[in-house]
Amino acid sequence: MGRTASKRETGGEALRDERELRAVAANVLRLAKLRGVREAEVHVEEVIDALTRFANNTIHQNVAEHGLSVSIRTVVDGRTARVTTNRVDEDSLRAALENSLAMAASQPKDPQLLPLPGKQKYRALRRFVGATATLSAEERARAVKRTCDLADERGQVAAGIFQSGQSRTLLCNSRGLCATYRQTQAEFSVTMQQGAATSWAKANAADVRAIDPIALARTASEKAERAQNPMELAPGKYTVILEPAAVLDFVGFLFYDFAATAVEDKRSCFSGRLGKTLFGKNITITDDVYHAEQLGPQFDGEGMPRQRVVLVDKGVLRNLVYSRRSAKATHAKLTGHGFPLPNEYGEAPVNLVIAGGNSSLEEMVRTTERGLLVTRLWYIREVDPYEKIMTGMTRDGLFLVERGQIGRGVRNFRFNQSILEMLANVELLGETRRASGEEAFEMVVPPMKIREFQFSEVTKF
Amino acid sequence: MMWDYCANSLDVARLRGATYADVRVMHQRQRDLTTKNGQVGTLGQSESIGLGIRVIAQGAWGFASTDVLTREGVAACAAQAVAIAKASALAKKKDVQLAPEAAYVDSWQSPFLKDPFEIPLETQLSLLLAADEAMRRVKGVTLTETNMQFRKVDTWFASSEGSKIHQRRVVSGCGIVATCFQGDAIQKRSYPNSFGGQHVLGGYELIESLDLLKHAPRVGEQAVALHSAAQCPERTGTLILGASQLGLQIHESIGHPIELDRVLGQEANFAGTSFLTLDQLHHLRYASPIVNVVADARIAHGPGLGSFAYDDEGVPAQCIDIIKAGEFCGYLSSRETAHLIGLQRSGGTVRTEGWNRLPMIRMTNVSILPGPWTLENLIADTDEGILMETNRSWSIDDRRYQFQFSTEIAWEIQGGKKTRMLKNPSYSGITTEFWNSCDAICNGDHWQLWGTPNCGKGQPMQTMGTGHGATPARFRNVKIGTAFSEE
Repeated sequence: MGRTASKRETGGEALRDERELRAVAANVLRLAKLRGVREAEVHVEEVIDALTRFANNTIHQNVAEHGLSVSIRTVVDGRTARVTTNRVDEDSLRAALENSLAMAASQPKDPQLLPLPGKQKYRALRRFVGATATLSAEERARAVKRTCDLADERGQVAAGIFQSGQSRTLLCNSRGLCATYRQTQAEFSVTMQQGAATSWAKANAADVRAIDPIALARTASEKAERAQNPMELAPGKYTVILEPAAVLDFVGFLFYDFAATAVEDKRSCFSGRLGKTLFGKNITITDDVYHAEQLGPQFDGEGMPRQRVVLVDKGVLRNLVYSRRSAKATHAKLTGHGFPLPNEYGEAPVNLVIAGGNSSLEEMVRTTERGLLVTRLWYIREVDPYEKIMTGMTRDGLFLVERGQIGRGVRNFRFNQSILEMLANVELLGETRRASGEEAFEMVVPPMKIREFQFSEVTKF
Repeated sequence: MMWDYCANSLDVARLRGATYADVRVMHQRQRDLTTKNGQVGTLGQSESIGLGIRVIAQGAWGFASTDVLTREGVAACAAQAVAIAKASALAKKKDVQLAPEAAYVDSWQSPFLKDPFEIPLETQLSLLLAADEAMRRVKGVTLTETNMQFRKVDTWFASSEGSKIHQRRVVSGCGIVATCFQGDAIQKRSYPNSFGGQHVLGGYELIESLDLLKHAPRVGEQAVALHSAAQCPERTGTLILGASQLGLQIHESIGHPIELDRVLGQEANFAGTSFLTLDQLHHLRYASPIVNVVADARIAHGPGLGSFAYDDEGVPAQCIDIIKAGEFCGYLSSRETAHLIGLQRSGGTVRTEGWNRLPMIRMTNVSILPGPWTLENLIADTDEGILMETNRSWSIDDRRYQFQFSTEIAWEIQGGKKTRMLKNPSYSGITTEFWNSCDAICNGDHWQLWGTPNCGKGQPMQTMGTGHGATPARFRNVKIGTAFSEE
């Protein structure tokens, strides 16, 4: 388990060999067996991550972390509990196991608790890219310096992050299930400020070579320049063109509503709406961990293989996602979307893909007589859980579109808009892409042109 | 042993060229319990121990962390932090400058009467299940949820300037929620607050003092009753906020804008910036003259989530005036930023979520000081208004001007009397206009130090607990009901 100083200093630190994680898991299961525990589950996760942060055209924070955690769940007589530690010596693992047993025994029996699942088959996913794993602090700093130099040249102020990381997760249980997954992930995000105006661009990928920091910086820079001296418009209903990050952050708030447990608990906006036409015919939403632009493991929190699920088909709510427990309770087909047990939330889709259309962003602008181009949405919160009315702000680049042309910057608006209504009002869809925002996890989504988006108030910039 | 890890890493940092270093070894323990509809939901405990070291080398910052607590592991981590600092220097504009601070050798434990980790789990679960059942007994309730959370964090802090400080902080929290789905609407009520309840720097005595079983039936009944209540009207008028909602209003529209790292643009890419530019200090009329706000990390202020003896830069807890008689007079600062506003010393507000995160400026206990009113007198003094309680949603722009909040419940006030219940209440405004419209603040009998356990900031994101002392207060000419406006 040792690490060498020389590797650490380059920033290109390596994950442990998978066999080391398997040895930790095997040790836990051996200790459980010696203790007479028939059902135990162990989840071992190793994370290496580094992030270079810049603001005011200089690096002001630059961090790295390396951690390993072991999470143990025991099931005894219809009772279960989880204990997590980052100490992997045998005494600590034994203590965690004992703690889990004591916690499990302290509660009433759960008649719906299922025995652990057995061995499963998984589809292979290759999401580990050496170029990302070996990216050094110096390489991140050089890319950041080019961004800061661009800002200096243009009289702007840059802020953002360049992050790279890798992780491996291993989930095994005493019934022979063993699932493993590793991935890399890189992210570059930049805000450019010119005077009081700002704009923003961001990308996230398994392969750092798919991210072009300076191109993102140029995009943000050009939009910040265009956003100078924003005009104030009256609140009201506008046609909007949402860039992919804005679509992601808004629609991402639907994700838990697709959980069968949320519907059963009557807290989902889809309660009583399964099988109904809710959105326009141009809206199809799937959950698909196998999509080429998605990240994340091909198994859920219990180790069940994730299935591709069509949630919304041409506007009709067709399916929900299920954990083992909710599938059994509702006599539905298991989809492999459960959270690690024990939990009260059940499951959720975490690899959403919204089908795109044939329109380009340019066509959306060209066909708009009067509307708004939205770069990004911010601080989105739920106002009405059943009508799914969300509030939030536009941020970092709101532009007036008039007679088919992008015009001046506009002061940021507050919106109070139902997601359900919004997805019924989509006029055009663009090409899908992996989008990255700040309010929801990454999704594959298209840009959208939407009519009658409700803005209620305006702020001062 | 922990001090050895600290000393070893500081030595290596110095040998590798660091001109300053501070190190935190942290041992974090957490217990999470929830129930839903009479069944145990989450039942888990976790612990994490590791070391994080922050260095200045070649005038720039570097930070690295590790959970390999061996001589070799911490040495490698310190070397990595220095290497990262040298990489930071590639894009450096000027050298980091730290405000001077004395070296301290101290040990401190936050006060508590009953260690929550020593209370039998059966006792904790049986209380939650009983409260859950009391809510479920109310006809019409469709979902019941309860939770408890306990944390115990030991921090061993050492710096290259000679500080050696050990702190132990114990945090406890709990809450209950009843939800009612009826027709085409979902309504819910929470106690003692929404989004996890109340959290304090203290022990199990908090849980016992909240008397969950007494409040559970009312919570269920109000969740159901909200369906038959009138819709909150849309108008501009008088608003009285309950104490916990005022606490969140302070958090969002005072606490965040006064963070000096935001003001200086260091959070521009994520959390945002602030309208409180440096020229506003001692010039801006932030609020009406009756409003006084402090950022007080001292335990004397109360058992808040922002109370401690030393911050994570080793600076002693302080009380800073933020708004005095309505005038803006102070920011939350760090050793790095203090000199930028002419301070000789940091305000002591730098904290970290854990051993693997960089310490940064965070709210301590940002609290409004009590006024002279009783709530009864305040209501009696109000001809027409709306009293709103318990947050349901919150949103504010990235410079902290324009906000919109909604609450779980409201009551109409007519002729000095609290009358009918209202559903779907909301209000919105511009920060300084709103605070300048405050014309009455309730007294210390109603003042409570509320805990916000889930404040997110930074990249990588860090979650931090903050405290907000608040009491009911009245505001005039507020936009009410905009969240559900049909226009």
